[in-house]
Amino acid sequence: MSDYRVLPGPEHFLPPAAASMGIRLPNPGEAHINGVIASEEKAYEEAAKQFLMAKVPTIFPGPLVLWAWNEKAAKKAAAIRQLYNTLKECVQPGQSPMLIPMPDYRPKYPKIDPEVEINPNHPNLTIWHNKIDCCMFVGVHCHQANLSLKIIRGGTSCYTIAMCAQAGHEDAMLSFRDASVEKIMKLADWVRKLKGTVQPRLTSAKSGASN
Amino acid sequence: MADTRSVIGTQNKKGQTFTDTWKMMNEAPRTPSFFTGSEVIKEALRRASCDVMIAYPITPQSEAAALIGELFAEGYIGDYFRGESEFAVMSQCAGAAFGGARVFTTTAGPGTMRAMENFPMWSGARLPIQMIVTCRGINSPLSIQPDTLEIAYLLNTGMLVWHAETAQDFFDWILKGYMVSEEPDVHLPLALCCDGFFVTHTKDVVNLTPADMCLPPYDPYRSPVPCMDMECPPVRMMRDPFVMKSNYISYATHASWQQEIWAAVERSRKHSIHWLDGLIDTENTDADIMIVASGTAVSQGREAIRLLEEEGVRCGLVKVKTLRPWPEEEIREATKNAKHIFVPEFNVTGWLAKEIKATIPNHERVHAGPHVCGGMTMPPEIIVNEIKTTLGLHKSFVMAGRGS
Repeated sequence: MSDYRVLPGPEHFLPPAAASMGIRLPNPGEAHINGVIASEEKAYEEAAKQFLMAKVPTIFPGPLVLWAWNEKAAKKAAAIRQLYNTLKECVQPGQSPMLIPMPDYRPKYPKIDPEVEINPNHPNLTIWHNKIDCCMFVGVHCHQANLSLKIIRGGTSCYTIAMCAQAGHEDAMLSFRDASVEKIMKLADWVRKLKGTVQPRLTSAKSGASN
Repeated sequence: MADTRSVIGTQNKKGQTFTDTWKMMNEAPRTPSFFTGSEVIKEALRRASCDVMIAYPITPQSEAAALIGELFAEGYIGDYFRGESEFAVMSQCAGAAFGGARVFTTTAGPGTMRAMENFPMWSGARLPIQMIVTCRGINSPLSIQPDTLEIAYLLNTGMLVWHAETAQDFFDWILKGYMVSEEPDVHLPLALCCDGFFVTHTKDVVNLTPADMCLPPYDPYRSPVPCMDMECPPVRMMRDPFVMKSNYISYATHASWQQEIWAAVERSRKHSIHWLDGLIDTENTDADIMIVASGTAVSQGREAIRLLEEEGVRCGLVKVKTLRPWPEEEIREATKNAKHIFVPEFNVTGWLAKEIKATIPNHERVHAGPHVCGGMTMPPEIIVNEIKTTLGLHKSFVMAGRGS
């Protein structure tokens, strides 16, 4: 197993792709935390903790759930909305959950508005502008997600979670694979279960805007 | 977000049954058949549920391309046409793959080189196109004979590169290749290489899977990038490449993109191990002398080992199946006991020996050779001779007919 660990940055001017550092994707039924293979159950707990610790826990839904192009996508979108609502109910005063869409990967003219959207080519702007210290990608095409996750790890101190419908993401600090409505709802259950048990980092919050 | 409805067990329009690929390749009955390598390519494509095949003739791949044309006429291939040139073919393959098709093409020698610009583009666009490379000479003076120099150029394109030894490898790996390259965490093109003529034009007994079984179709919705249409990236994204802007984040995006291609090559490792039963095959890894080879040089090496055993010299073998992903750890482990490592190659530059030297400790153990090139054959005796000369077992022999 690799000694390399996928940790919140800022890591490097140009961080390596975690896969090239020996980090391997989980097999079905598994997840990874910091690049170490873990059980899904442990990953739910850790992801819920990270959400509840964060000053600005944020969900970034992508086109695969934002475009209602099939029934399954629509159901996932509803589940994500429920996760977000659960998060809002469970955080403490001073914490500000956000839901920031990534509906499109195309360039924006004259520029993106990082306060209201995220683009995989410059995700750091959205992290910085909103002082996001924990985020979850869901419904983002794997290639675009990996670009974003790596740039975030390189230039910010944000903790990243990937809820991937395919094989998962080494470049996130925590990654699920084969995401489904049930898995999204299970994460919401864990957030509810840990409500009030996790100390949020309010005054000593590590800002996402680390440079 | 793949469709969860399975087509396994249903039939296509030709009456073939979509079959679980693992079962088809490992459990289905096999029929021994006496075919040329080109005919074997056709038979693999018959079972590959391929949507589009695009061809341009160049020796020695022309016959395979023509035979696949027959498959199209029979209704096994969705679409088939001839491009204007090798460059056009590879560009057209990209278009078909962008649109969500399972794509196949064949190429050889100078044609591969002419099309070269497209290969890193395929990788960068994450297009799981399969390309058969029936290697032939690329350099002047012109040769149409087998020579593996072009593989050296493919190694840094971001494609997966496998090197088949036999027609049996070819049949199996064409079908298995799609399973690896279409994985969502891989999703890269595959250059499946063989040594032209030695494999394509010689007949061999090849065990074929039943013709009424075929691969499940490609599911483009498992792609790590969106399928192309006029409103979706990557096409619209490319209208305004981020590299045109000179700022840190534009560079970071482009750099991350490139890294992601090689990360995908790394991710192909576990899938390749699963389907190919390891990235290398080995024999006698406890021997002091090892031959490490890929392609038909493996066959010549195997025969050299037999000849050496008759003289009481024990020798081991490493057959390198995949060049990308590169089996670094496997080769290191397999050669850890070797005092001498010989790398016979069908090319003038010795690219495989260079890769091995860069991989293993104490690389002075690697003897880059023997080399033949330009399509010259490699009799096993010259491998034996190289080994015996290096070990001081006899003086180098003189090739008959030289310089008279």
